[in-house]
Amino acid sequence: MAIEGADLVKAAAFLGAGISMGLGAIGPGVGEGMAAAKACEAIGRNPKEAGLLTRTMLVGQAVSESTGIYSLVVSLLLLFVV
Amino acid sequence: MEQDIQTWVKLAAYSGAGLSIGLGAIGAAIGEGYTAAQANSAVSRNPALAGDVFKSMLVGQAIAESASIFSLVVAMILLFSNIPATSFITVAAVFAAGLSMGFGAIGSGVGAGFPAGAACIGMVRQPAMSAKLTTNMLIGSAVCQTPSIFALVISFILIFSDFGSHPLWPTWGAMLGAGLAAGLSAIGSGIGGGVVAGASSEGIARQPTSVSSVTNIMLLGQAIAQTPAILGLLVAFILIFKEFGATDTIAPAIALLSSGLCMGIGGIGPGIGEGIASSGGVKWIARNEKEIGTLTRTMLVGMAVAESTAIYSMVISLVLIFVV
Repeated sequence: MAIEGADLVKAAAFLGAGISMGLGAIGPGVGEGMAAAKACEAIGRNPKEAGLLTRTMLVGQAVSESTGIYSLVVSLLLLFVV
Repeated sequence: MEQDIQTWVKLAAYSGAGLSIGLGAIGAAIGEGYTAAQANSAVSRNPALAGDVFKSMLVGQAIAESASIFSLVVAMILLFSNIPATSFITVAAVFAAGLSMGFGAIGSGVGAGFPAGAACIGMVRQPAMSAKLTTNMLIGSAVCQTPSIFALVISFILIFSDFGSHPLWPTWGAMLGAGLAAGLSAIGSGIGGGVVAGASSEGIARQPTSVSSVTNIMLLGQAIAQTPAILGLLVAFILIFKEFGATDTIAPAIALLSSGLCMGIGGIGPGIGEGIASSGGVKWIARNEKEIGTLTRTMLVGMAVAESTAIYSMVISLVLIFVV
């Protein structure tokens, strides 16, 4: 099997896309879980503020999600653009 | 220097066996060590209950051990069975079988330690609840084992299927990818399921009247925490059973390998995160059972958001399989 430069670059881009999305998913997953756990704790202590707490949790999670979305974007760039 | 396929299969099987039991021993050892530490702490609080604590420590450790026993079984099969080899794909498949079971046992071993440790501590806090705590611990740690069972299934399929009719390029990449997807994604779900079960044992010991709702919500949380492992299993099945056309370039094989890697690593974080989210819910349902509705809702919303990155990983891995 002959290995050509362009083929090798493509293979590296595919590998990079997988590693990028894979590793990028770890942080947001764990971080959003922690946010949700603390929101449950806060609602357990003060159920009257459930609405406000859920809203705060979702905003916090959305911010924590951003790095996961960066990974997704980089993966898609590696797959379809580069 | 000419080497036949059989030599290469032996080489892959021996390295796979080493990785299977080597990686597979990590989780069980950590989980059992944690259980023993909690049991010691429990005995020091109330030495009169040493016998009960000792018994439940051993039961809990026995369950935590099961994932690494699966690893041992796979390692033994790889070492001693005569794997018929018709193509070089088998070389990748037996190596991937070892990787799958090795990684797959880490999470379940660590995870099963949490409920066992929490049950030991709970027993000295509420001696009257011993029986209920043991039941809850058994259910919780048994559910923790499911991701490692998924990895075991994938290992067996990889070892015992015959891929002789498939083209070597790119199928070898699909085999390695399948092992990595099932194995790595099991880490997160195993640990996550354990964190939930630990919180539920702790909660029952603190508030014995909440036992039925806490056990129910624990099972719900554990079931959702399993989803990244199920996505990993799905990707592994697609990689194993889809027929790929022969190629004469490297890129398609690497794309399949990378798709398994993506789903595998991508499943770790969401699995652990969903476990943490659900442990918060279960813990506070035990303390404030009146608010079970609101707490369950918040817990489910939080878990759904934590799941999103696992879904992104699955999308990328399906794109790598079907589109590029």
